[in-house]
Amino acid sequence: MTRQIHPLDKHLRLERIPTLYCPGCGLGIALGALLRALDKRISEGTINPDKVLWVGGIGCSSRMVFYVNYDAAHVIHGRAIPFALGAVLANPDLLAIVTGGDGDIAGIGGNHLIHAARRNVDMIVLMFTNFVYAMTGGQVAPTTPRGVSTTTTPRGNPEYPVNAVKLVGSLNANYVARASVTTPHYIEQFFYKALGMRGFRFIEIVSTCPEIYGRHIGLRDPVEMYSELRKRVKYKHKPSLEKAEIDWEKGIVIGEFVERSNPSLIEILKGVRS
Amino acid sequence: MRKTFASGNMAIAEGALTAGLKFYAGYPITPSSEIMEYLAEKLPEYGGVLIQMEDEIASINAVIGASWAGAKAMTATSGPGFSLMAEAIGLAIITETPLVVVNVMRAGPSTGVPTKTSQSDVLQARWMSHGDYIIPVYSPWSVQEAYDLTIKAFNTAELLRTPVVVLSDAVIAHLWEPLTLMERGDVEIVNRKTPVDPTGEPYPPYKPDPDLVPPMPLFGRGFKVLVESLIHDERGFYSPRDDGYRSLVKRISLKVLKRLDYVYEQDARFTEDADVLLVSYGSTARSTYLATIELRKQGVKAGFLRLKTLWPLDDDRIRKTSNARKIIVVENNIGKIYLDIDRIFKDREVYPSPVLSLELPTPRDVLEAVEPWL
Ligand SMILES: Cc1ncc(C[n+]2csc(CCOP(=O)(O)OP(=O)(O)O)c2C)c(N)n1
Ligand code: SF4
Repeated sequence: MTRQIHPLDKHLRLERIPTLYCPGCGLGIALGALLRALDKRISEGTINPDKVLWVGGIGCSSRMVFYVNYDAAHVIHGRAIPFALGAVLANPDLLAIVTGGDGDIAGIGGNHLIHAARRNVDMIVLMFTNFVYAMTGGQVAPTTPRGVSTTTTPRGNPEYPVNAVKLVGSLNANYVARASVTTPHYIEQFFYKALGMRGFRFIEIVSTCPEIYGRHIGLRDPVEMYSELRKRVKYKHKPSLEKAEIDWEKGIVIGEFVERSNPSLIEILKGVRS
Repeated sequence: MRKTFASGNMAIAEGALTAGLKFYAGYPITPSSEIMEYLAEKLPEYGGVLIQMEDEIASINAVIGASWAGAKAMTATSGPGFSLMAEAIGLAIITETPLVVVNVMRAGPSTGVPTKTSQSDVLQARWMSHGDYIIPVYSPWSVQEAYDLTIKAFNTAELLRTPVVVLSDAVIAHLWEPLTLMERGDVEIVNRKTPVDPTGEPYPPYKPDPDLVPPMPLFGRGFKVLVESLIHDERGFYSPRDDGYRSLVKRISLKVLKRLDYVYEQDARFTEDADVLLVSYGSTARSTYLATIELRKQGVKAGFLRLKTLWPLDDDRIRKTSNARKIIVVENNIGKIYLDIDRIFKDREVYPSPVLSLELPTPRDVLEAVEPWL
């Protein structure tokens, strides 16, 4: 057993640390914030750590699940949501936390995202938006802004990006929020809130990928990229979905867009709510 | 024991219930839909959950998640949906997840003829997912056997921690026959081995026992399970080195082959004196059997071998079944299992007899197909 040094070490599989993330990657900041929220819930006694299940697809963001010291599944690209759905329906005591990139969750897994939100199935989905397919080396993602040159759009991205917050918010999700790695306290606060709720909870976390996306937009230096993102991020208190802009030029609105207490799929199946 | 009258699809659903099914996820497709519809009615009464997913990819992934949460889990589909499940079946293989996938075969390729039968997916069922592995495939020829082999499929999945395929077809699906249902006490039901109490340290989910099958730690019990789709070591940590890769890939195949005595089943009749052996399986074997009897009436010393397990095959046992000089493989496809039988009997005359018929081939069709070789 490796010795614990950091207060969050108990939440990590220390044999696997350091992570494979590039120096300056935003994902580590996000993971720290998430674990602080989980730690708080566990020490309050509102969450039993044995029931926590992390599920990730494939991608840099999805890999988070094999660094945490919980039940975890690193499954196939885009399919973390249905895997988690099967697990929670088979054992409703489980608390499923899905992590994945914008490609994994909103690209290849987009249909599962829509239907999980429609079902209000009990799980938290954390989608990390770094505007690119990072793990595979910089191809266009469904979130890539128009005009950006990537390895598969060398003449600039001709397509419009998806706004996942608006998409999920239009469905039956109980919680829809957006935070950024430049505001880790909001990641912590929103995740803490989500951990105490039922139904489908979606948090988009805007993250920095200096290694790959930074190259595409000329912000290869992690600190510079972080500062440029920070300039663009604007927190709003409980903004409406119409305000959920995510645009590198016009700004990125973060906040809690949707909070509902609709009956969750498990509550309906168990007959405790209808 | 309870006697009833049922279709093949109902028999598969009943077999799953007897085996202890607790989770079903699926997507409608002819000719398999009645399995899901029947279970939608019944599974909740058995304390289980059924959900219609957005597609077959979601269905099979949900089944894998449910199995790790401790439920005996299943999905059923037909060709187009089966093809969509290919990648996730690989996930079930490498994570050693017990589950059952039923493919009620219909004519293909592609959308094919949804309502009509075929046996064209017999090689797909073995090797549909990329990578190296061996997974068991069962093929029933009657309503009773659809029931029995579904129970066997669950038992095999649980015993060997592997996905198992049941290959039915449009004929068996909609055939009505008498069916004897077993109570759970009357029939052997295998449950996966799980580790004893958690120690607080992560439990290695891929550390095999001497039978090469690792006990399966389940979610929610403090084992800190790591389900890993990457090539992994016993702990589930990614391990891209030759030695680890080889030992994992060999073990997931060997654990099945080691229990060939359990996995492989066949049905041999009139084989002692046979000069000609007719090999068949699934619904087509019904007509092949009647054709065998007809040939014997005509004075031809015909024997009959029916494969209940289509993969892995017990080559030795098949070879020893008969000394027939001529072997004819009758199947409703372009001649696929023929390739194995030809390999197994390499010192004999082996002929393909593909019938390629959208309906159940009649005994007459079979006789016509085998006659050129007699
Ligand atoms: C079916 C399938 N197609 C493609 C891939 C290759 N692949 C791996 S990760 C990935 C995309 C990663 O992008 P994203 O999900 O946004 O995660 P990030 O790495 O940016 O965090 C792709 C296409 C795969 N693993 N499986
Ligand atoms: S490629 Fe980008 S997202 Fe992936 S670890 Fe490196 S910086 Fe992070």
